Amino acid sequence: MSSVGRNADMTDVVLKVEHLTKRYPVKKGVFGKASAYVHALEDVSFEVHRGETFAIVGESGCGKSTTGKCVLRLTEPTAGTVTLDGEDFTALSGEDLTRARQKMKLIFQDPYSSLNPRMTVADIIAEPIDIAGTYKTRAERDARVEKIMQAVGLDLAFKYRYPHEFSGGQRQRIGIARAIVLKPEVVVCDEPVSALDVSVQAKVINLLEELQEQFGLSYVFISHDLSVVKHISDTVMVMYLGHTMELASKTELFDNPLHPYTRALLDVIPRIRHERIQDKKVLEGDVPSPTNPPQGCVFNTRCPRCMRVCGERAPEMHEVVPGHRCACHLYDESLSERDREPVMARALAEAEAALAGA
Amino acid sequence: MALLTSDKHSPKVQKVEDVARRASEAQMPTGEPGGPAKRRASSYWAVSWNIFKKNKLGMFCLVVVLLLALVAIFAPLLAPYDPDAQELTNMLQPPSAAHLFGTDEYGRDILSRVIYGCRVSLSVGVVSQAIALVIGFLAGVCAGYFGGKVDAVISFVIQVFSSFPFLLFAIVVMYALGQGLVNLYVVLGLLGWASTARLIRGDVMRLKGSEYIQSCILSGGKSWRIIMRHLLPNCVSTLIVTTTLGIPSAIMSEASLSFLGLGVMPPMSSWGQMIDAAQPYIQSSTYYSVIPGIAIIVTVMAFNLLGDALRDALDPKMRS
Repeated sequence: MSSVGRNADMTDVVLKVEHLTKRYPVKKGVFGKASAYVHALEDVSFEVHRGETFAIVGESGCGKSTTGKCVLRLTEPTAGTVTLDGEDFTALSGEDLTRARQKMKLIFQDPYSSLNPRMTVADIIAEPIDIAGTYKTRAERDARVEKIMQAVGLDLAFKYRYPHEFSGGQRQRIGIARAIVLKPEVVVCDEPVSALDVSVQAKVINLLEELQEQFGLSYVFISHDLSVVKHISDTVMVMYLGHTMELASKTELFDNPLHPYTRALLDVIPRIRHERIQDKKVLEGDVPSPTNPPQGCVFNTRCPRCMRVCGERAPEMHEVVPGHRCACHLYDESLSERDREPVMARALAEAEAALAGA
Repeated sequence: MALLTSDKHSPKVQKVEDVARRASEAQMPTGEPGGPAKRRASSYWAVSWNIFKKNKLGMFCLVVVLLLALVAIFAPLLAPYDPDAQELTNMLQPPSAAHLFGTDEYGRDILSRVIYGCRVSLSVGVVSQAIALVIGFLAGVCAGYFGGKVDAVISFVIQVFSSFPFLLFAIVVMYALGQGLVNLYVVLGLLGWASTARLIRGDVMRLKGSEYIQSCILSGGKSWRIIMRHLLPNCVSTLIVTTTLGIPSAIMSEASLSFLGLGVMPPMSSWGQMIDAAQPYIQSSTYYSVIPGIAIIVTVMAFNLLGDALRDALDPKMRS
């Protein structure tokens, strides 16, 4: 069996995100009053347990990275709360915030721009220590840096070198070392491997798993690569246009996808065998603009199983199967026959009627 | 991909992983046994120095600038006469063995005065640019980093300073403050920071969004730390280039102000002031005005070309 619940304690919630919303104002008009908003995140809620790898997947522009940034408060969320270790992270400020930030770190996507080119590897890794003042003496600090460098598989001879001397994989190791040097509770990994080539990806993923086991880390793993997610995650959340579409454990989600969007995503994973691009149900059309999201369910413009109700009101997240939550009207038992009428069938019927009348 | 999609505990995958690990270990350099082999210079400054060394003109100018600095420092040892000692029986002499560059209207040795003038010119160039550098950096960083209203105010001040006719402004301020070397430093420094500030502002705005600064914020780093540890080191090349290119213009301004009688206080010698003093005798004793003129040209050219060479060496876009 692979990594599910390997050392995840499903009763201990370390990070709880409730109704997280982020809207960016679009400046218009002479008085600079915002007349329109980019709806980057709408009412996103989830829980991350201790030792768990929680994956967020979706197309580019669906709000994955914004979720990560809002959770970390790199950008302030418009609404919603983030509870870290039982403490309301969104309400903190000043020294309390600095202290709480030691518990939550970020691994960046691009290992080339995430390291200051003018700092040595040791200084980069030690920066969180220097800011927090965790270790009183220089020797203790250096010892900690060396220990972490060994933990992430960096040669100690690299201590006084500069980032440009390293390959992408090694740079990402430096970034990981910087993130975990203060033993955080939660590490947000924002597409940590998508800038690396595949063989290095595998090594970095394995390193992340090792570190998780060693230090009991919880990951929020943001990715668009479903094969990576299938390998590393315990729980998966699917996002589309800033909305949560589906949330379930990895095995449940990959074996029994409920939401039409999740199905479409899983269908386009490249596989070695039985490959015929014609057989795949590739989604039609583009992602709608987040400035002007569709009425009702945000996915209704591209959904192959769109019903009348989908254009009228947004579906709620509800538990379809125990532990498997999905926001889709298809699984709402209370809908009337009229609501359930498929849009495609109706359009066809109307066209036929028009033809018959002519 | 098989590595990622399939079960990682199956023996096949484990074997593949094992092979991959051994291959990567073979490629990884393991320490450096037997002392450091001749490693290619790799720190930023070493690479820059290597590029700079290849620029012959730049090296030549660096030597000239260093020589000028030595002349300024060791002026009392190098000058054959006291620059202020008057010898009225021996005035306006053409160059001779006793007075290599001749004497001026008070019979003072021109060579000695040029050597001492080097002190004034270089110190005006360096000190005023140092003042401009500090003001320009702080203003630029504040404008770029804090943005919003701070940026609007500072940018407006920069616009005001750079749209003023420079010499006119300098003359007014020198009249207000009075003559003297220290006042020259201050005036030229106060008038020269706008271009530095504008360049730094642009640099900082570009760097502000970079991920290593976000990482510093995530660690709880304060603005001061971000400015000193992340922004300053990444702006150093811009600062070096603008300062090196600012020095010759400060020297020229000093010469202009001294020529107009607003520079250093006589009898202190400065090149601009010497040209001013030589004006009535330009037909009879041409060498008197030509010699300090040449000194100015050489110094300004050396600093300008040095600045160009430094820009080429420090600009990351020039690197292959």
